[in-house]
Amino acid sequence: MEKSAFFNSKLLPYLLLVPQLVIKFVFFYWPASQALWQSFLREDAFGLSSEFIGLENYQALFAEPQYYKAMLTTVVFSTLVAALSLSIALLFATQADKNLKAAPAYKTFMIWPYAVAPAVAGVLWIFMFQPSLGTLARPLRAMGFDWNPLLNGNHALILVVMAAVWKQISYNFLFFLAGLQSIPKSVIEAGAIDGAGPMRRFWTIVFPLLSPTTFFLLVVNVVYVFFDTFGIIDAVTGGGPAGATTTMVYKVYADGRLGGDLGGSAAQSVVLMVIVIALTAIQFRYVERKVQY
Amino acid sequence: MVEHRPWNDIIAYAILTLGVFIVAFPVYLALIASTHDAATVVGGNMPLSPGGRAPENYYRAVFVGGSRTSREPVGHMLTNSFISAIGIAVGKIFISILSAYAVVYFRFPFRKTAFWIIFVTLMLPVEVRIYPTYKVVSDLQMLDTYAGLILPLIASATGTLLFRQFFMTVPDELLEASRIDGAGPFRFFWDTLLPLSRTTIAALFVIQFIYGWNQYLWPLLITTQDSMQTIVTGIKKMLTTTDELAEWQLAMATAVLAMLPPVAVVVFMQRLFVRGLVETEK
Repeated sequence: MEKSAFFNSKLLPYLLLVPQLVIKFVFFYWPASQALWQSFLREDAFGLSSEFIGLENYQALFAEPQYYKAMLTTVVFSTLVAALSLSIALLFATQADKNLKAAPAYKTFMIWPYAVAPAVAGVLWIFMFQPSLGTLARPLRAMGFDWNPLLNGNHALILVVMAAVWKQISYNFLFFLAGLQSIPKSVIEAGAIDGAGPMRRFWTIVFPLLSPTTFFLLVVNVVYVFFDTFGIIDAVTGGGPAGATTTMVYKVYADGRLGGDLGGSAAQSVVLMVIVIALTAIQFRYVERKVQY
Repeated sequence: MVEHRPWNDIIAYAILTLGVFIVAFPVYLALIASTHDAATVVGGNMPLSPGGRAPENYYRAVFVGGSRTSREPVGHMLTNSFISAIGIAVGKIFISILSAYAVVYFRFPFRKTAFWIIFVTLMLPVEVRIYPTYKVVSDLQMLDTYAGLILPLIASATGTLLFRQFFMTVPDELLEASRIDGAGPFRFFWDTLLPLSRTTIAALFVIQFIYGWNQYLWPLLITTQDSMQTIVTGIKKMLTTTDELAEWQLAMATAVLAMLPPVAVVVFMQRLFVRGLVETEK
């Protein structure tokens, strides 16, 4: 797409681009290239000298069991959050799409958690499930279930997943509702005339027509779990106990900050960049083409 | 609906009510906790109805700060959050609208290159380049400054893409008419394009305000002084003890205060919010 009418100024367009490009180079391209460069270096403990060591940081990274553990945690975490938040949101959206008088009010009530910061969402959930004082943790413990997300890795992961799902439902709900409302009613009526009941119509007509939205949301949710859940994890568990909730992004942070291993942290950043670029490429390839049957 | 079955509506209401309950409960609990005294909250038998300590808790949180943590009062953090959220939103809109204007309404060498330079950064969220970016900011002497909180976050491809998309829908005839009237690039931008973009700007502002307000990792890294931290990072520090000694009632009052501005934006500017959200994701 191009405009057929335009201005011919020589200098002005560059001036207009200057602020944007300066910010991009200073805060995006320069640091990203630094990350790439540092990932081939080893710095001494004081950061005074560094030597080129080729792919050693990457070799060390992929030899580290902790890194595979973080990868596995990330995969489990993303799968759970995406699957749960998408299906719960779809359930709510299909109900809100029905001709209900109160549907707009419900919509407002469903979407506001989008505005809650991930870190704050984490604090709300740890408060509910803190083993000694949490309003929901105490009944669990009273029933004899030894709930303790501060010590038990699985419990910690469950808690982080719940907080992340809670926070993401509103976003998915909004997009599913928009997707549902864009499906022509005539298609659904045609199905009804052919004798298909509500369930049958949903699975054979609505759900397939919703696939572009679902696919788009799937990618967005995976990206969300990768990056935006940092605040939730840091607030709820701090990556613990014993690394049970350390995702790949959290590990970049923890290794660079607490461990001071900048080369290793940079190598991890580069791996993450490759993953994000792959995800974005997938998103653009398929979303543009509109997945549909 | 195709067929009308009363029980169908009842089920829908039941499921939606359950949904609203799930969504609201954690926040309700925080609200309740912020109205009780420390002992009631920590005792673990906190009632599900409000207590009478709300004024005291909120006063202490906003103006005094916790007694055991010797942290900044929240009032200061709220100011920092407002400054950085508004700075991020305004800065992003400013640089995005200018660069989109250049890319759409001018023909010049390297136009495509400039567009791609902007576009590719979609794939580089702060999280993947935190330490090198931190180093840049510290070399520029911007640690613990508003510039450091704002500038690295205002460059994003989404704003430019959004404005580009909108400009493409503006009819060419408008530009031709302005030119016949003798308007140059500045006049056309100021008198025609900017007024037409009002809704897009407002929608982007709403989304970016929330984005800026809710930032966590970046402010956490570059603020070393308590006086510069934002409310979202400050609240976590109130709980670093994560045991019964943490002042949960103050932390929960802080959580409520941290949620209030962005939630109010979503609720009261719902149409702009939905529009901004859907359009920035296209």
